Amino acid sequence: MKVVVAGVGKVGHAIILQLAMENHDITAIDCSADALEYVQNTADILTIKGNGASVETLTEAGAGRADMFIAVMADDETNLLACVVAKRLGCRHTLARVRSPEHSRNIRFFNDQLGISMIFNPEFAAAREIFRMLQFPSFLKRDSFAAGLVELVEIHVKDGSPLCGVTLSNFQSIAQVRSLVCTVERDGEAIIPSGSFQIKEGDNITVTAGRRDFNKLIKNLGIAAPRVRNVMIIGGGTISRYLAMRLIEAGMSVKIIELDHERCLELSEFLPEAMIIEGDGTMQDLLIEEGISSTDAVVALTGIDEENLLVSMYAKHIGVPKTITKINRIEYKDVLRASGIESLISPKMISTTEIVRYARDMGHSRADSVITLRRIAGGNVEALEFIATEETRHLGELLINIKLKKNTLVACIHRGNQIIIPTGSDSIHIGDTVVTISRTSDAVTNLNDIFND
Amino acid sequence: MNTAALLFYIGRILIVEALAMIPSMTISLLNGEDMSWRAFIVTIATLAVIGLAISLPVSKKNRELHSREGIVIVAISWILLSVFGAMPFFLSREIPSYIDAFFECVSGLTTTGATILTDVEALSRGLVFWRSFTHWIGGMGVLVFTLAIMPEAYKSSRTTHTGGGDLLHLVQAETPGPIVGKLVPKTAHTAAILYIIYVGLTLLQIIFLLCGGMPAFDAVTISLGTAGTGGFAVRNAGIAAYSTYCQVVIAIFMVLFGVNFNIYFLILTGNIRRALKSEEMHVYFGILFATTAVIAVNVISYFKNIWEAIHHSFFTVSSIITTTGFATVDFNTWPQFTHYILLFLMVIGGSSGSTAGGIKVIRSMIVTKGAMHSFRSMLHNRRVKVITIDGKAIDESVVSKVNVYLNIYVVLSAISLLILSLDAISFEESFSSVIACINNVGPGFGRMGAVGNYSTLSNVSKLTLSVDMLLGRLEIYPIIMLFMPSMWRRTG
Repeated sequence: MKVVVAGVGKVGHAIILQLAMENHDITAIDCSADALEYVQNTADILTIKGNGASVETLTEAGAGRADMFIAVMADDETNLLACVVAKRLGCRHTLARVRSPEHSRNIRFFNDQLGISMIFNPEFAAAREIFRMLQFPSFLKRDSFAAGLVELVEIHVKDGSPLCGVTLSNFQSIAQVRSLVCTVERDGEAIIPSGSFQIKEGDNITVTAGRRDFNKLIKNLGIAAPRVRNVMIIGGGTISRYLAMRLIEAGMSVKIIELDHERCLELSEFLPEAMIIEGDGTMQDLLIEEGISSTDAVVALTGIDEENLLVSMYAKHIGVPKTITKINRIEYKDVLRASGIESLISPKMISTTEIVRYARDMGHSRADSVITLRRIAGGNVEALEFIATEETRHLGELLINIKLKKNTLVACIHRGNQIIIPTGSDSIHIGDTVVTISRTSDAVTNLNDIFND
Repeated sequence: MNTAALLFYIGRILIVEALAMIPSMTISLLNGEDMSWRAFIVTIATLAVIGLAISLPVSKKNRELHSREGIVIVAISWILLSVFGAMPFFLSREIPSYIDAFFECVSGLTTTGATILTDVEALSRGLVFWRSFTHWIGGMGVLVFTLAIMPEAYKSSRTTHTGGGDLLHLVQAETPGPIVGKLVPKTAHTAAILYIIYVGLTLLQIIFLLCGGMPAFDAVTISLGTAGTGGFAVRNAGIAAYSTYCQVVIAIFMVLFGVNFNIYFLILTGNIRRALKSEEMHVYFGILFATTAVIAVNVISYFKNIWEAIHHSFFTVSSIITTTGFATVDFNTWPQFTHYILLFLMVIGGSSGSTAGGIKVIRSMIVTKGAMHSFRSMLHNRRVKVITIDGKAIDESVVSKVNVYLNIYVVLSAISLLILSLDAISFEESFSSVIACINNVGPGFGRMGAVGNYSTLSNVSKLTLSVDMLLGRLEIYPIIMLFMPSMWRRTG
């Protein structure tokens, strides 16, 4: 598939790398020759220097014949204009990054009137994900499928947990709810385990379970954590604003610490219920004064990775039950996870995953396409949601009789209102929503890809 | 230095060379040339065994390249290609000295066309074909060819963290010109497109020559030699052995192969307007026509009429500016003035991104524009001026790299000249030999002229000129880098 990416910043670069690994033909546009040279050295792509919104540059980049155009330049308005131009030139699908809250309300208008296929907002998506983490602090990460009825949750197996030493075939008897362990992360390696696998302390496991069974699951696995009632946010950027709005709606009390005076005034105007503190959120004195030790959760959202990590480590050290850390340099995630910083959030990765899903979905015009794509277990494993159609093979056959590819499994089947955490005696029927687990490197694009024949 | 990747790609290239010898071996077999087909079999077997032995054990994870590996791979492969490519000449005992065989093979691969043979027609057909075939494969590049036919190159590696940007380093190190870009996003597709254009043009020339009544063997070998802008003839009389029609066809195709291949891609994809705007092409044709006219006037007394003078001067200019080195007449006997114009043309060479040698038209343009700018800034010393080609700014780093390139080029030529002086040959002979070899032209003046050859030189001179030819074809840096100690240091 031909893809043109305008803007090679942090997000643009991550998108290009991901799509290059999925073997698309990519042309990148940027006005900085250095940025282009850097990306050209890391991915097999064509680069064009120029303004990504100008008709001339887009024509030269072949946007008119492209299947997909992604605008990730600095300004929202430039991105929107670039998408409109690319669409007029004849590009099939246009995607724009729009991050300002003012424009985010008009997504419907952009889709319908301007013909832009997808508007994505990394900050908004990040805020949503942080909010979901705070809803259930017992889980490191949550990804939902089947319209929110089923979730994949990540759990850290602590020393003394009832799960230590349990083989996966006995997992059900401890959890006492319908659930399935999909991945185990051990020593930086992601494993898609079989029934005889034994859980050890220190593992990070991903479990599928129905949304309704969450409370039981948390209780039975011994990972109960107090409900989050008050949250301290360090850094008052766009994510903080989106997040605070949601938290306040959910009835939590929010305290935002922000250095910039103008920004503080702005936040206070938009978020009258939140407490806005002007000051350096990385200063220990200020954090203590503002009562960091008695907050239920600390979310570090400054623009600097190092500061975020420092704040999170300190918060963890003094016993804050839940810390969430934003990092941009996601390549260091393995080191950070190994050193105990678990709930990491990277706006760039969330958007990239969403675009990869869109690209895979486009590759198949038929109905059995990717509805949801989530990266789990540090990004090495993918959970994909498909709808089974008449083209799906092995319909109605018992799962125990179907040979699946190595390192793949069916995590969940959603039929009507029914959620099935499948065992060997279940089967896939037409119209089912199926969640599969596979390695990211296998790049599954179709439900049939998981069958080994 | 990722040694595993190094071995993998070098192994692949040796296998490609083994494959490239198969047509020549077949011709030897068909002609019943016992010694030479056996020599080919032995060489092919050796190449295949070594190639497989060093490339097969390399797992997919270890194939990651950086620009450093790209440069080393190109340099080492070209040396090995020459070392093994010389084996059929030597093993068949048709060229008894290995140094001579090596010289001949380097001359072939680098598309120089300088020969040590005094009687080409005595050589077995298979070896004659191999000589011309080395021109063809060396012209567009062996690594470019390897990438075009390597299925792995079309799939981005999912195991490494890079999306496959590394392959461009290989193409950049092998393709002539200061700025090497891609035609389409994937490096391997770009390589394939270049070869498709290349094969297409070669076939077209073969057809035109066959129409002119040239024998099939000659038509194919001469076309291979023209495509690579090499210049090995297959007759002792050179191109004078063929009809005027054939000479014109050869001259036109030489000119075509001296044009940047990106222009053909633009034309094929319908961007004719952009193709015709290329500044480098304008200058290339400008030099071509201007020097043809000047030389035609200068040599008019040597021919019966003006048309004949134009015909031969056009052929000679096309042959020299594209650094092919074919000859229809012995231009050695032409006036001194013409000699010096031809020497200038040898240095300038063809366009970047073509199969021609020389310093390339675009480098001459950048240097000239840079010089003009520095003169002007003496008058207005606060003036800011960016050097542009095709309306696009040329980065200052590129300009300074071009200047450095020319400096090194002059120094290396001077050193070679010094070594050749030990051979006690005349200044014109040694000077023209170095210029003809480092620019991959082939014939020089004097004994090394259009109807002469390099057989009278000492082994030291032949090796020096072989190194010059490799330096010229790979545009100096890869070969020099090979001898930099820091290249091989673990952290360097």
